Amino acid sequence: MASAETHASKRKQRPLSPHLQIYSPLINMVMSILHRITGAALYVGTLLLAWWLIAAATGPAYFNFVSGLFASPVGLLVLFGYTWALLHHMIGGLRHFVWDTGRGFDLGTIDTLSWGTIIISLVLSVAIWAWGLMAKGII
Amino acid sequence: MSTTLRPTPSPTEAHIRTPLAKARGLGSAHSGTEHFWHQRVTGVANAILVIVVLVQVARLTGADHATVKAALKSPLLSMPLLLLILSGMVHMRLGMQTIIEDYASSEGAKVVALMLNTFFVILVGFACVYAVAKISFGA
Ligand code: HEM
Repeated sequence: MASAETHASKRKQRPLSPHLQIYSPLINMVMSILHRITGAALYVGTLLLAWWLIAAATGPAYFNFVSGLFASPVGLLVLFGYTWALLHHMIGGLRHFVWDTGRGFDLGTIDTLSWGTIIISLVLSVAIWAWGLMAKGII
Repeated sequence: MSTTLRPTPSPTEAHIRTPLAKARGLGSAHSGTEHFWHQRVTGVANAILVIVVLVQVARLTGADHATVKAALKSPLLSMPLLLLILSGMVHMRLGMQTIIEDYASSEGAKVVALMLNTFFVILVGFACVYAVAKISFGA
């Protein structure tokens, strides 16, 4: 008993290696975790694609119902978020392919690629939605 | 003691590895770089297919059921979409496997999560394929 307690308190006193929240966020850290978060979001979001396709295969009434949900403010926000996650993850993936060739590892290039990924993914997300809404004459 | 004890031979010693094992060049993990490589191959395929599919789906913003069905009947959309679903299934399963292996707190939780990962991917993937096939073949 006593020795177990001593053991436990000794364990507590051990220094811990600093965890994520100790460091101030750097753009390359943020991009690393964003690639994982967007990957996981895309994974779960495949349910939306399946739902949409099944609705289309089911019939007009059910399709209109699902389409209406997707066109609601929350629905549009989710779909825009999915578009951005897809484009961000895609461009982030292209960045990985550059690194796979052994290139682009100096800090300046990493920062440029990171900010470039964020900006281009946002611009493309807005552009593709604007294009889609224009096709329908909504804007 | 009449027998002389030899030290246990190291598995890397030539005489204990079969020629096949040597040719494969794998250790006790029984796998090499396939995970990494398949993630890359499917990543490249995803990037190409996402562009082809996204451009067409964006034009379906707010479209009615008949228009969406007609678009999904066209092989111009259904072919790349089916390929994306296939490539995406392999890619998302490998990706989620990495995430699970990084965070699973115990061996049991890991095995269960890896199994659920496979089930989820196959369920969602086949639901998508079924819906596209149903529309393509005449629903
Ligand atoms: C659009 C084109 C895509 C490209 C170019 C791409 C590329 C990549 C690459 C290169 C990785 C590995 C990153 C690493 O080694 O750290 C990765 C990871 C991953 N991808 Fe994709 N991907 C794409 C689409 C998708 C889609 C559609 C999904 C899900 C449905 C997805 C889910 C994942 C997941 C879950 C991971 C694991 C993330 C991690 O380990 O942190 N990806 N992707």
